[in-house]
Amino acid sequence: MDWEYFLELLLGGLTRGSIYALIALGYTMVYGIIELINFAHGEIYMIGAFTALIVASVLNYAGMNHVAVAILAMVAAIIYSCAYGFAIEKIAYKPLRNAPRLSALISAIGMSLFLQNYVLLAQTPDFLPFPSLIPDFDFWEPYAHIISSQEIAILATTVSVMILLTVMIKFTIIGKAMRATAQDRIMAALVGVDINRVISVTFVVGSATAAIGGVLIASHVGQINFYIGFIAGIKAFVAAVLGGIGSIPGAVLGSLVLGWTESFFTGYISSDYEDVFAFLFLVLILIFRPSGILGRSETQKV
Amino acid sequence: MLELKNVQTFYGNIQVLKDVNIDIREGEIITLIGANGAGKSTTLLSVSGIVPPRSGDIIFDGKSVTGKAPHDIVAMGISQVPEGRRIFPYLTVMENLDMGAFLRKDKRAVKKDMGHIFDLFPILAQRRHQAGGTLSGGEQQMLAISRALMARPRLLLLDEPSLGLAPIVTRRIFDIIKKVNLEDNTTIFLVEQNANFALKVAHRGYVMENGRIVLSDTGLNLLANENVKKAYLGG
Ligand SMILES: Nc1ncnc2c1ncn2[C@@H]1O[C@H](COP(=O)(O)OP(=O)(O)OP(=O)(O)O)[C@@H](O)[C@H]1O
Ligand SMILES: [Mg+2]
Repeated sequence: MDWEYFLELLLGGLTRGSIYALIALGYTMVYGIIELINFAHGEIYMIGAFTALIVASVLNYAGMNHVAVAILAMVAAIIYSCAYGFAIEKIAYKPLRNAPRLSALISAIGMSLFLQNYVLLAQTPDFLPFPSLIPDFDFWEPYAHIISSQEIAILATTVSVMILLTVMIKFTIIGKAMRATAQDRIMAALVGVDINRVISVTFVVGSATAAIGGVLIASHVGQINFYIGFIAGIKAFVAAVLGGIGSIPGAVLGSLVLGWTESFFTGYISSDYEDVFAFLFLVLILIFRPSGILGRSETQKV
Repeated sequence: MLELKNVQTFYGNIQVLKDVNIDIREGEIITLIGANGAGKSTTLLSVSGIVPPRSGDIIFDGKSVTGKAPHDIVAMGISQVPEGRRIFPYLTVMENLDMGAFLRKDKRAVKKDMGHIFDLFPILAQRRHQAGGTLSGGEQQMLAISRALMARPRLLLLDEPSLGLAPIVTRRIFDIIKKVNLEDNTTIFLVEQNANFALKVAHRGYVMENGRIVLSDTGLNLLANENVKKAYLGG
């Protein structure tokens, strides 16, 4: 067995999975609070990547230093995506909160299509090159075939984001309010939690992590178009369902499992069917364990 | 202190509360009794803004709370122990109590109050790090009441606090309700199936039938009332 190749696939899968996790967190948190699959979540990720592209292009053109460009592009992407996430909830979901669930789901799909087409018209249907925001360091060159400095940066970022999120949910007031709301929305209101605010915060936080994921992948892959949110969104959604939708540790676990499966499958068997895997997984989970790995069978989460 | 004026509340097209008038003065213990489905829980949910009335007015401390969001009503000083306890199942006992004090800023006093609660219910102190959902029914009822007290409400709404409790625990709970009323001057609005107990502790009571208030009097008079005896006191 070629251990170096194995290690390469293992780390590749870890990187891939950790990015899925950044997006899957948004699905799972929103589902945990309002039991809605936010189909427009992939578009938030895509909008984050586009914002970063525009900001980075302008700043690079202006000759700004690399690190500053990366940071500013990321910050802009986060702010823009958060604004979109916030607005989507207010416009497309809040008015339907007491309507049958199917209405909100249809509204979510409509929002997703609207945003895709909006970016298609406002930008272009073609793939656009995305600048590499994270440089390849020379000293790392000998090991870069196992894990590139890009991938290390991705891992470091995702792990930090997840730690921050865990601390927020476990220990802050708003985190406690989020957990209480997910467990019993009416009771949360009866102890004084402003439910609308908790829902908004959930969308904003989910959008921020999606934007971070979007920028990291775009920089890694090197190109984006209006459609990238769809495939990434579906995969992250599969990861969230795999882990148990509504469960935050589940989303991370499901993402890693999906990342590793894809990485090993493409590495050892064939890279032709890479994207098929997510869907195959979805079908299998829905048949054999609809509540996911860490999912609870009833509706209490987060 | 709390006044319901011609309150009409609906679930969809179904009218549940019909022209309900209730008047509660500061420092009183008031009970609302009635058969299953009469609309007692709906009355409390209307006060808390969970199921706002379609018409009529609910006035607390001279200010209308009709149409206000539930969290704003809590902030005005109204807390509720709802039907079915509604403990946060995956929060620990302490986190459940913390949630009760969600809107309070005086963190030191909150800590002290939690100590009082643990003195009152030592079993909760023992279980403080256990998930709320793993408590027994009686323990959950104690936790639900404690959580509401953590808000230091001026008006406490209690929906069947004795449901499913052993008689001795029921007596404890009623003692605590009286104590909170006397010592903290907390006004109590109590919904009970256990009419016998409730009418004994209450200053005044209201009887609800099919969403209407059909009778109101002092607790003692209601206890002696033939119709009340027949309908709610088992003879
Ligand atoms: N969410 C709801 N949707 C529709 N109807 C409801 C809802 N909740 C209660 N009702 C109806 O409203 C009426 C009054 O219910 P409510 O819960 O207020 O009664 P209650 O007096 O508290 O009864 P119990 O003593 O059994 O708790 C009942 O006929 C009930 O079926
Ligand atoms: Mg009831």
